[in-house]
Amino acid sequence: MELTGAEIAIRCLQEEGVEYVFGYPGGAVLFIYDALFNQGKVKHILVRHEQAAVHAADGYARSTDKVGVALVTSGPGVTNAVTGIATAYLDSIPMVIISGQVPTFAIGEDAFQEVDAVGITRPCVKHNFLVKDASEIAGTIKKAFYLARSGRPGPVLVDIPKDVSNQKAPFNYPSSVSVRSYHPSQHGEVGQIKHAVQLLLEAKRPMIYAGGGVILSDASRQLTELVRLLGFPVTNTLMGLGGYPATDKQSLGMLGMHGTLEANLAMQNCDVLLAVGARFDDRVIGNVKHFNQEKRKIIHIDIDPSSISKRVKVDVPIVGDVAYVLGDLLAVLHSSKQKPEPQALAAWWAQIEEWRGKRCMGYRNSDEIIKPQFVLEKLYEVTRGDAFVTSDVGQHQMWTAQYYKFDKPRRWINSGGLGTMGFGLPAAMGVQIANPGATVACVTGEGSIQMNIQELSTCKQFRLPLKIVLLNNRYLGMVRQWQEFFHGNRYSESYMEALPDFMKLAEAYGHVGMRIDKPADVEPALREAFARKDDLVFMDFRTDQTENVFPMVPGGKGLSEVILAEEL
Amino acid sequence: MRHIISLLMENEAGALSRVAGLFSARGYNIESLTVAPTEDATLSRMTIVTSGSDDVIEQINKQLNKLIEVVAVMDLSEGEHLECELMLVKVQAVGEMREELVRMAEIFHGRIIDVSDKTYIIELTGAGSRLDSFLQAIDRSLILETVRTGASGIGQGDRILKL
Ligand SMILES: Cc1ncc(C[n+]2csc(CCOP(=O)(O)OP(=O)(O)O)c2C)c(N)n1
Repeated sequence: MELTGAEIAIRCLQEEGVEYVFGYPGGAVLFIYDALFNQGKVKHILVRHEQAAVHAADGYARSTDKVGVALVTSGPGVTNAVTGIATAYLDSIPMVIISGQVPTFAIGEDAFQEVDAVGITRPCVKHNFLVKDASEIAGTIKKAFYLARSGRPGPVLVDIPKDVSNQKAPFNYPSSVSVRSYHPSQHGEVGQIKHAVQLLLEAKRPMIYAGGGVILSDASRQLTELVRLLGFPVTNTLMGLGGYPATDKQSLGMLGMHGTLEANLAMQNCDVLLAVGARFDDRVIGNVKHFNQEKRKIIHIDIDPSSISKRVKVDVPIVGDVAYVLGDLLAVLHSSKQKPEPQALAAWWAQIEEWRGKRCMGYRNSDEIIKPQFVLEKLYEVTRGDAFVTSDVGQHQMWTAQYYKFDKPRRWINSGGLGTMGFGLPAAMGVQIANPGATVACVTGEGSIQMNIQELSTCKQFRLPLKIVLLNNRYLGMVRQWQEFFHGNRYSESYMEALPDFMKLAEAYGHVGMRIDKPADVEPALREAFARKDDLVFMDFRTDQTENVFPMVPGGKGLSEVILAEEL
Repeated sequence: MRHIISLLMENEAGALSRVAGLFSARGYNIESLTVAPTEDATLSRMTIVTSGSDDVIEQINKQLNKLIEVVAVMDLSEGEHLECELMLVKVQAVGEMREELVRMAEIFHGRIIDVSDKTYIIELTGAGSRLDSFLQAIDRSLILETVRTGASGIGQGDRILKL
């Protein structure tokens, strides 16, 4: 049977089991929207800005293990989507973006709403395609989903010209797909795994450093088993939070620029480091030279060979899917009679406890003014640590990562790699849609929330009962903090004047708004808000304007060159 | 260090720009880049001459391998290989220089492939350094224009880059 290209595209989504598409219509995708209209399987979530469509698809993917799908029109539809695509790319999120394109005969003529979508997105996608004939749509979409979810995941864009979406072709969805140049490895090399086990068992000051790869490969069970079996300390990156239970005593919390003292010092001073699905990026290990001053053996498990020995030379590279490699590593460990050396390990833990004893995350609470950290502690209590929490970018993001103890993977959803303000609200929409009935909170700042505030309207339309926790410090707080520390208190353009009344704004969109000014009201407000299961509640917490995020390893410094709260 | 990297990639629109884009986005050097379809029409073969520290070259190889359209990569510099480049030089050829240039071309195993009353076009192939020597050996003021393809490389013996 012959179908139009548009019908084929939608049929492909059905075949892939896609439940939701996040999108925004326009001229070049009219046929695709028509095909959507005529079926009932794939549901469409109409956002208010294409960036939000991509972030929502992203949140949907991060909170499940499914591929997120976004649909946008040509030209401005695609350019609006680019920030979302780059956000997903830097955090390796599986996603397929279908974009409309001007008709094939008009390509290259600077036609109305023409941009070179493939060219513009090339550096921020795993791969992309321009489909030139309707008969190629099915094969291309099949490939797009395969590439997006396999290996190191990432966004894949499929650009479909308008005439192609209206051209007829027979529809056969391929049952399998192979790309001759693409064979991501699953299992690591056995010899290397044995070598790694040997190093781990001989370690005197071992450390496990686990990143977003653990979440993406659904390997937290294996990681947890490994950490417990060995009795080693473990730290999670910003992207890896929840990969190992934060409330467990072997967890040293997050490492990096705003990581705990104990995690950063253990990283710096260990003699054997096992890096799992992490990439030694600049916000994590700081200055590479400083990091390399201490000698240690490094084992690095990653699915992407180009992540290995990119910033830091490693001794035992293991290329493979984290879940498989950890499984194999556990098998070797179980069959080995040797155990980690108890005395050395006890001494190492004693050292770590000394660092931990400095309580680097302590803060001085107040009866008069709301401390942001206090709000997050209460948020954690009120939601019993079991919410999905998205965030935007800034101080509030770091405080959430520090004070909300994630015990489960896929609960903490943030833009780590690109650091995209405006991510939190639309991502939360995707999370809520993927997890109906679940508690979803979005922690945000008054700067970030205004970057995609229009999505409150989408939330109304689709009845998404999000809980928005605005830590309103009237500053672009993270910028202000850097200006205070490194630019002589010159607060250049980091103060936000003329802020809207967020409570009224929420109400204008048909939601519940709250404004909280006093510390004593924080917990009652949270309780009331989270009790309203069916409503979106927007909580405007007026927080201390001068609070800073500690500890802090300044950019370009080493992990032990940390600024602690009391030092200032 | 200078490296010569050979790769096979899908003969598709856009594949070249992915490779070129990778080099510019990550700040890698490209000294030269040549590409043409192979005997298997679905594949193109590219030779890239680049330079960088061992770490950078390792990353270049890995990043190239990561591109979906790149089918196989070989760093030719890691073993025995040959490289060859083609150069066309248009020179001013009048008076006694007409004889002199024929002689120089012969010494460098070049061929004169076009003759006008005032010019020759000389074709030379060989290692890039040999082509450089030729340009140095003749009077600079005689050179009207030059065009070079950049190096093509191939592994020797059983070092074969094929599917
Ligand atoms: C789209 C975008 N533009 C600019 C920045 C740079 N930036 C990082 S944090 C920050 C301040 C964020 O302010 P706010 O959302 O109020 O959060 P706070 O730091 O006060 O918690 C800015 C401007 C960014 N990360 N993303």
